[in-house]
Amino acid sequence: MAIIETKNLTYTYPGASKPSIIDVSIKVEKGEFVLVTGPSGCGKTTLCRCFNGLIPHFYQGELTGEISVAGEDTLKHHTYEMAKHVGLVFQNPENQLFALSVEKDVAFGLENLGVPREEMRKKVDWALNQTDIYDLRERSPHEISGGQQQRVAIACVLAMEPEIIVLDEPTSFLDPLSAEKIFEVIYDLNKKQGITVILVEHRLDLTAKYADHLIVMDEGKVRFEGNPREILSTEETRLIGVGIPKATLLYQMLKKDGLNLSGNTPLSSEELADQLLETLKTK
Amino acid sequence: MSVFDGLKFRKVYSPIHNLDPRVKFAYVISIFAVAIVFYQIIPLLFLFFLQIPFVLLARVQRQWLRSLRGAAFLAVFIFVVNVGTDYFTSGYTLTAANVESASALTLRFVVLIESFSIFFLTTSPDHLGLALEESHVPYEFSFAFTTAVRFVPVLAEEAQTIMDAQKARGLELEKGGLLKKIRNYVPVLIPLIVSAIRRSLELAEAMESRAWGATKKRTNLYALKLHKGDYALLAITVGILVGAVYVHLYVPIPTIVHLLQHKSLLILSEIKRKP
Amino acid sequence: MIVAEGVHFSYPNKVEALKGVSLTIKDGEFVAIMGQNGAGKSTFVKHFNGLLKPTSGKVSVDGVETTKTSVAALARNVGFVFQNPDHQLFSETVEDEIAFALKNFGFKPEVVEERVTWALNLLALTQYRKTSPFLLSGGERKRVALASVLAWDPQTLILDEPTIGQDHEQKEILRQFIVQMQTQGKTVVIVTHDVEFVAECNPRVVLMKEGKIVAEGIGKDILTNPDVLTESSIVLPQIAQIFNKLSQLGLPKNIIDIYEAEKIILNAEETKPVK
Repeated sequence: MAIIETKNLTYTYPGASKPSIIDVSIKVEKGEFVLVTGPSGCGKTTLCRCFNGLIPHFYQGELTGEISVAGEDTLKHHTYEMAKHVGLVFQNPENQLFALSVEKDVAFGLENLGVPREEMRKKVDWALNQTDIYDLRERSPHEISGGQQQRVAIACVLAMEPEIIVLDEPTSFLDPLSAEKIFEVIYDLNKKQGITVILVEHRLDLTAKYADHLIVMDEGKVRFEGNPREILSTEETRLIGVGIPKATLLYQMLKKDGLNLSGNTPLSSEELADQLLETLKTK
Repeated sequence: MSVFDGLKFRKVYSPIHNLDPRVKFAYVISIFAVAIVFYQIIPLLFLFFLQIPFVLLARVQRQWLRSLRGAAFLAVFIFVVNVGTDYFTSGYTLTAANVESASALTLRFVVLIESFSIFFLTTSPDHLGLALEESHVPYEFSFAFTTAVRFVPVLAEEAQTIMDAQKARGLELEKGGLLKKIRNYVPVLIPLIVSAIRRSLELAEAMESRAWGATKKRTNLYALKLHKGDYALLAITVGILVGAVYVHLYVPIPTIVHLLQHKSLLILSEIKRKP
Repeated sequence: MIVAEGVHFSYPNKVEALKGVSLTIKDGEFVAIMGQNGAGKSTFVKHFNGLLKPTSGKVSVDGVETTKTSVAALARNVGFVFQNPDHQLFSETVEDEIAFALKNFGFKPEVVEERVTWALNLLALTQYRKTSPFLLSGGERKRVALASVLAWDPQTLILDEPTIGQDHEQKEILRQFIVQMQTQGKTVVIVTHDVEFVAECNPRVVLMKEGKIVAEGIGKDILTNPDVLTESSIVLPQIAQIFNKLSQLGLPKNIIDIYEAEKIILNAEETKPVK
């Protein structure tokens, strides 16, 4: 059974004239690394909030269709119940951390769940180590950099050991190097811990290479879903306004020009460079 | 903004900083109670000097003096009002006794400021938040407190950024009369408030997503344990309270005026005796 | 023209953010100031409109030293668009928002009206003239903030991190907009860490690290030098990454444009030795 499954999911914010997501039907398998992208306003943020129950419980509004996350119907379970299965990391690093020390923030979810102190200590330390911030544990969130704050935010949800982690444009405010570090941490968690990852991002040049499964949304609907290499090489995707990685674009341009390139559509500069080396070295 | 520097978490390790905030608070409240009970200057002076070793141990002399300086204005005000009322109600006579009692009242105020100041200077906000949590104060309150403290520097920075952004659009905050000056702050206040509201929304989302409200029985990563120093302070507090009760009931306290008269009588009698 | 000579700047908390920065920006230039978060980029550009004044060294705008004039006077010629539009927006309507700076600068009502209409048009906001800026989407609010700065037609436009949170299409519109400003002879300065965006614009690039300028030159040269970039914690643009690896074939390293890349590769394919 898929770990996330939605059927004709449609949601309208209270007071809005039209729905933010329309007829969204997707399936996510356990352990997948899913990338969700699309132009601003396409509904990706709204979709994220459906996964942990913020929609409909926090936002109210109208939600129709079916949704099942980690075997639970989010409509029937409160957000705090879903928190055990789904962690949600938001865009703004500063506004997710409210304690006066990093480790207290990481412990917050566990404290809410009433986990006994010794067990909590172990889980907090584990989460701090997984995200490589153990030395920062006594620092105040305000003193650390944006990239470090986002790693704390990931540790905060990780401590509750969810099966799924959803990240809504987590690197918007970060420089490319810090962003890459975040993606590496997330990729590690996906591969080593088997956590299903749903990442919403614009920066496909940095993230496309990690994805098993790509979902492209536009104006509330899912336009394309499936293999990233296939989807990113189509003209339609480019026309929606998705930022195709330059390597992929160049590959397509060269192929059209008749260049014989072996291998799959590249998603990263390394892949294309390797293909080019092969082609250009020998005739 | 330097005003908010005082609220920024400063990790200082002194024996006083490490004391349990609840014990410190009990001590401060006891000083408060004792200061209220006595109106004579001598016990109040005693209380005042009693705090000094704590200030020195905690190495917060400079900040402590600054807080006293801040209280100086009010202290003078209290003194003047008291002396003044006595002066006017007793038919325009200024007696030494009146001055002394006014001084005592002023000193009482100073002792209060002094002891609370030591408390806040030696207790970091998260330590305080933790104490609140462990004192069975509803979690919502201690959470609101620590979150507020956490965001004070953030809000201060944001206020500065907003002022810069509006100054860059030609807003001159210094210009104009009082009314214009107040109106000039509208373009600073509105974005600040809107931003605060947005921030609260984001915080609420994050809290909900991390199981806020899952159980009524929240646990805590940290626990406050009482150490030797805490017991020592508790002992001191009890000692002060017991001593105060005893002195109040059984020991007559002379006023300075009394002492001076007494002394002057002694000196006079000595002079008389000498040939 | 903006001239910075040996600028040192320290914040009140004694942290030295700028350690001797010198730079000249001529009228009509397009400059991208890049570097890691904390390198001092924003601190540096805030000297251009007098929001910050150097602790030593000097900054002159059109021959006038920034310490000898006010922010409002400098802002007249140096427009600054801050990263977060919500730090500026406060008016009841988009119209009022755009008129704000114009009124501050003392423009006559007819001129204000004219300029507001022009700015609305330029940024495709005419339909929102009477709308509350708070009801607009993120991208629209960014345009309102930009319109409110363009309205008074400053010679220099400074954009602080204009690409954050923008999707691909919005960035493309921004890029075209900058080109448009350039053709009008405006000086454009952007502070950013978005290498791909800078690669597409190919401006003059100034790289900063820890309060100093570590490299300066054409985008093409700076953005393709891996050592320089790793030193300042910036990533190579994708095309440059590819050519970095292809350099073993003797191909040039300083390529950042995708069309140029295409040409060079096809050329290499045709001219490669037959086995």
